[in-house]
Amino acid sequence: MAKEECISQRNKTAGDTSALRNRKVFPSSEKTPSSPLSKGTHSQTAGHHSEDDAQSSNGTSAQCSTRGNNSEEPPSRVLLMLVVGLSFSTRLYKIADPPHVCWDETHFGKMGSYYINRTFFFDVHPPLGKMLIGLAGYMTGYDGTFPFVKPGDKYEHHNYWGMRGFCAVLGSCLPVFAYLIVLELSQSHTAALITATLLIFDTGSITISQYILLDPILMFFIMAAVLSMVKFNQQRYRPFSATWWLWLVLTGVSLAGALGVKFVGLFVILLVGLNTVWDLWRLLGDLSLSLVDITKHLLARVVGLILLPLLLYITIFAIHFVVLNKSGPGDGFFSSAFQSRLIGNNLHNASMPEYLAYGSTITVKNLRIAGGYLHSHWHLYPEGVGAKQQQVTAYLHKDYNNLWLVQRHGENESQSGTPDLVRHGDIIRLEHKETTRNLHTHLHEAPLTKKHFQVTGYGINGTGDINDLWQVEVCGGQKGDLVKVLRSKVRFLHRATGCVLYSSGKTLPKWGWEQVEVTCSPYLKETPSSQWNIEDHINPKLPNISLSVLKPHFLEILLESHIVMIRGNSGLKPKDNEMNSKPWHWPINYQGLRFSGVNDTDYRVYLLGNPVVWWINLASLGLYVIMVAVASVALQRGFSLGQKRIEDSHVLMREGGQLFLGWLLHYAPFYTMGRVLYYHHYFPAMLFNSMLTGITLDVLLKSADLLLRRPYSDWLQRVGLMVLLFSVLYSFYLFHPLSYGMTGPLAHEAGSAMAGLKWMDSWEF
Amino acid sequence: GVMMLQLPLVVTAQVDLVLLLVSLLALWTRLSRLSYPNAVVFDEVYYGQFVSLYMKRVFFIDDSGPPLGHLILAFGGFDGNFVWNRIGAEYPSSVSVWSLRLLPALCGALCVPLVYLLTLELRFSHLSALGAALLLLLENSLIVQSRFMLLESVLIFFVLLAFFSYLRFHNTPSSCFRYGWLILSGASCAAAVGVKYMGVFSYLLLLGVASLHTWNLIGDRGVSHVSPAELCVCVCVCVCLQLSVCVQCVCRVVCLLVVPVLLYVFWFYVHLSLLHRSGPHDQLMSSAFQASLEGGLSRITQGQPLEVAYGSQVTLRSSASQPVPCWLHSHKANYPIRYENGRGSSHQQQVTCYPFKDVNNWWIIKDPGRQELVVSSPPRPVRHGDVIQLVHGMTSRFLNSHDVAAPMSPHAQEVSGYIDFNVSMPTQNLWRVDISNREAESESWKTILSDVRLVHVNTSAVLRMTGVSLPDWGFRQLEVVADKLFKAQSSSLDWTVEEHRYGTSQEQKEREAELHSPTHIDVNRKISFWAKFLEVQWKMLTVKQEDSEHKYSSSPLEWITMETNIAYWLHSSTNAQIHLIGNPVSWGVANLSLLAYQLLAAVYLLRRRRGFKDLPDGVWSQFVCLGCVCVGGWVVNFVPFFLMEKTLFLYHYLPALCYLHLLSPALLEHTHTHLLRYFHFNSRMLLVVLSYRTFCPLTYGSPELSANQLQGLKWRGSWDILYRRR
Repeated sequence: MAKEECISQRNKTAGDTSALRNRKVFPSSEKTPSSPLSKGTHSQTAGHHSEDDAQSSNGTSAQCSTRGNNSEEPPSRVLLMLVVGLSFSTRLYKIADPPHVCWDETHFGKMGSYYINRTFFFDVHPPLGKMLIGLAGYMTGYDGTFPFVKPGDKYEHHNYWGMRGFCAVLGSCLPVFAYLIVLELSQSHTAALITATLLIFDTGSITISQYILLDPILMFFIMAAVLSMVKFNQQRYRPFSATWWLWLVLTGVSLAGALGVKFVGLFVILLVGLNTVWDLWRLLGDLSLSLVDITKHLLARVVGLILLPLLLYITIFAIHFVVLNKSGPGDGFFSSAFQSRLIGNNLHNASMPEYLAYGSTITVKNLRIAGGYLHSHWHLYPEGVGAKQQQVTAYLHKDYNNLWLVQRHGENESQSGTPDLVRHGDIIRLEHKETTRNLHTHLHEAPLTKKHFQVTGYGINGTGDINDLWQVEVCGGQKGDLVKVLRSKVRFLHRATGCVLYSSGKTLPKWGWEQVEVTCSPYLKETPSSQWNIEDHINPKLPNISLSVLKPHFLEILLESHIVMIRGNSGLKPKDNEMNSKPWHWPINYQGLRFSGVNDTDYRVYLLGNPVVWWINLASLGLYVIMVAVASVALQRGFSLGQKRIEDSHVLMREGGQLFLGWLLHYAPFYTMGRVLYYHHYFPAMLFNSMLTGITLDVLLKSADLLLRRPYSDWLQRVGLMVLLFSVLYSFYLFHPLSYGMTGPLAHEAGSAMAGLKWMDSWEF
Repeated sequence: GVMMLQLPLVVTAQVDLVLLLVSLLALWTRLSRLSYPNAVVFDEVYYGQFVSLYMKRVFFIDDSGPPLGHLILAFGGFDGNFVWNRIGAEYPSSVSVWSLRLLPALCGALCVPLVYLLTLELRFSHLSALGAALLLLLENSLIVQSRFMLLESVLIFFVLLAFFSYLRFHNTPSSCFRYGWLILSGASCAAAVGVKYMGVFSYLLLLGVASLHTWNLIGDRGVSHVSPAELCVCVCVCVCLQLSVCVQCVCRVVCLLVVPVLLYVFWFYVHLSLLHRSGPHDQLMSSAFQASLEGGLSRITQGQPLEVAYGSQVTLRSSASQPVPCWLHSHKANYPIRYENGRGSSHQQQVTCYPFKDVNNWWIIKDPGRQELVVSSPPRPVRHGDVIQLVHGMTSRFLNSHDVAAPMSPHAQEVSGYIDFNVSMPTQNLWRVDISNREAESESWKTILSDVRLVHVNTSAVLRMTGVSLPDWGFRQLEVVADKLFKAQSSSLDWTVEEHRYGTSQEQKEREAELHSPTHIDVNRKISFWAKFLEVQWKMLTVKQEDSEHKYSSSPLEWITMETNIAYWLHSSTNAQIHLIGNPVSWGVANLSLLAYQLLAAVYLLRRRRGFKDLPDGVWSQFVCLGCVCVGGWVVNFVPFFLMEKTLFLYHYLPALCYLHLLSPALLEHTHTHLLRYFHFNSRMLLVVLSYRTFCPLTYGSPELSANQLQGLKWRGSWDILYRRR
């Protein structure tokens, strides 16, 4: 085996040098080692392999030398300073305007305040972003008292600029990061400059950075992760050095940050993950490394990119739960056990009888996450919806209409003394305390889930009919088992029809007060929708026990809050009257979002990308695909291209490919999402798109010599660059009021500052 | 079998007896007693109604799949007079059960020899081929699925045929004849997609494999050495080579992309030209489409004037087909002064959208500058951009909108029939005609063909149907509002003139009589095939079935372990029953081999990367090819189901399962020849045969089993086997 390895190594080096040498003279002979006729995958990999190594070693030396030169060179410093300066000044300009709540500030500002007030709330996103907002507010003297009720509310004397400023500073880093990433990837100042210009002067990126939103924070972490990943890749020839570790750890930290702000962070994790797998695969093919070395590499990445981010992510949640210890508006979304943690919740340090008994007053909560309490009220089902009897629904909030009495089947009241306990298999009636109607079902179809039966409140003062009887079944229990409060999963089987009490999760129309439908399902599968637990339990005749045993473990809380968040996310369905943005709208800049103001008297801010920038981006996406197709066919077919052009195509295919993958990962998944989508979801993808544009246009300009001879092609190159930069600048001049605020008449009226700029009818400014 | 003709006239026949034998067995297992049970079995109730519609030439649209599958079933033919409404209903003698079930059963039977041949094309031995064929032959679930009027067996047949013919093409050395195989492959792909949309996944996989091969072809530079002396010749050869590569690539693209697309469209062409009568699904389609069908709308709309003119009497249909198709409507009832929630209204006359034909759906187009409500002669057509008023025919109220919140959608403006209550609420009854599918700027408004937006001149809001029902005061009709542009999907903004005539009566009484009289008719209006095709296709992809729970629905993860079964049929009086249950042994084998392949592939890959070549190149490429086709086929036919939101059943897994059955014998052979040298093929096959025998009664529905025997067959607790109480 050792011998074999040795030989193959020698072969490899030989192959490498030949490839290197041949590339200059006759690049098509790369394939000589393998037999020309074999079409199998094997020769393919082998070909790739040798070409890979040759290229990478080749590339490094080139890159190292250029880098050595560049970092000393003044233009690079100057350019970088220029980018930083412009970026910060465009983002921080007029940061305090408008002095009222804009768009989603009403959510995220409010949630920031919740952290300052330590009140528990529920949101579909992980907590890091809101924690940082809260922290920024706290540091700059905001006291958490502003209510953030609705967009348009004036801030008055409250210190809101700190939170906005924090977001804007993070947002200002984006063009800088993009500049550095592109510079690192392509080693071309032109490409980096194009990218930075596109981003700095994009009105959309400016607007989205200037308000109290999660997006600038999210994008900051995404870009930081990509930058560190790229830097880390550059360090591959100095493994385990201090800088190598530094970038590895930074990548991990940024990943945790991205995921901690929004679940969209998963996409960048996927990007980094794929890159790492590819990197490890490369290392594995490097036969000069021993298996021990490879294991070290693998472990380092596992630690840096999996364990560390996981640890940080969990820490974020730990802080979240420690900070938010007071009962608040988010309680109802969580299980009874979870609520017992919160100060001020009625389950906190509560005590109640341990086993369910006849004559008790109870609330019944569905086990589906965010399932709601079994509820009824003085309203009947409307005409045409089953029988015209009293509605029974599931309701998320605590309410005295959630209270039910447990009654024995048959005799009304048992003899005094300690009440009998309810056991698995018992037949009971559930009487609604407020209206004294019994929980009832019959063979009418349910209002929304047509295959289920309608559940109603029926009878009066506890007298009803045979359809009011339910059999209690403890999941996993046997006949005679007691029903534990809070801990037992209980199902209610209807005696007469054999169906099971079920919460479908569908929202009833207006007549049902938009509460959740409750049905009786003939399908007896055990799902959380058909399982319930007893939450409150009041029976003065029974001794109370403390429920501190209930307190859930940290990991349970973590898991539950994730399930609630995921459910919440997929539950964000578009409402009828709300316009729903489609993913295909986004790259063409079809329609923006109103951040502030509607009428011509208002101070209006409209989130819309600079159309010139976005359309350049869109065009270069198409261009990129074409160029890569042409380049790869040319390489595969072995046309003799010049050395320089081959390098260009490799930059295009490999580095450009990374960015293209990033764009795809941040864009394509939205097509499969059922939740409501907004225009601003495209911004992370737009960042990748802009970076790709930089590289693509740079290579395109460099290929000007395909058209013209030497000096002219250089001129063409320069002119092209100037035209590009100038058009972006001029369009920014035209469209800057979108970000920095417009007043006066709307764009379609004469006399507006934006007159003539409404290039698409769908823009609403 | 292969036949060769030699001189002198001697016929040598080479017949692969094994192949012949398995084919015969397959025919026997699939075709014997095909007409038993003589009752509607499971989804036959669903497909049967489409066959009936084919027989009656009535137009329908099935959102679950393209029409080829239904067409194939319809070849079975019967008089079309059976009502498919209940599983288990007995067929009358007029329905030839045997012929209806014949084609799916034949396809199912042919899958067996196809798998045999496919294994050979993957370059494995005849023994493996026999193994694969036997696995498929004795797979109870496939037998059940083939024996009834269902589409899975047809789909599987076409998918296997596509892969077989593609590999045959790939393995045949250059000859003109090999492109025949490629065309066959493309055609089978089109057929597979045409039967069920699931076929798309296999088609994409095949395209992937083909493009990989093509990519290698592009990289194959043919001539390796160039000496300067032969440079000239070489250039020529090079050019030829480039050219031939180009030609080959183009051929592949034509056969695998263009041919399937054309064929796919062709299925629709056949579908649409066969079905020319109006039927139950008319309502989903646009007025123009409906008018092209015999009966239904075309009976009313024939002979209507084409161009809408001032004075025209029209009914306006909303283009949105959700929740129901409806017409702009008004009636003698006003909006309540206050709604339940305390908001106020204008108390003017209600304007709604009404889903039934009614005399109150008639509106008259009026020129704001004139008083007359009749069409002048010559008629003055209404054009894009013109401003009109709309007068309600029966009540003579003007269609009006104003800045009052609409009853159910308070963000939008109320639309009313204007009544002057003298409360300083002026008329705002001017509407601009905006033809959204116009070809020229000055296009006139055409009956049925034009989609029109009515833009309120004062507020530039657009008339639209919201899809919300009004409460009792509005008679549960649908709400109509005027809404600012771009707030909604565009289709709910468009209105089409459906019924149309030139008004002639000046007096209101006369006009009412005229409105009550039926419209007159004589010309037939056609729309092109492409327009119809696109509309049908679009509707198929967008119309959403209400997702329904089903007793036997299951989730993809349950399929791997066969957690659930489906009861297809139960005899009306005895315990005889048919279930979709796979052969447990072969499912186990399939899962094992899937796992084993992945493990082996991972080990091989890692070791190759480290420079150990365990396998010679030929064997490796064979191994990779096996993985691409079989494991790839399993993945593409299984994973997408996780993303689907529709109701899923065990039978959706069958195509994926076939790929695994293809994989296991081949993998066994590979292991046997290259890794371990012991073989347990026979014993394994014996087990498969035994478990096939065990489940036969549930597959064929006879003989009847006793409750105890049924209990014995309940190998998994989660299976739902039915017992009849006696």
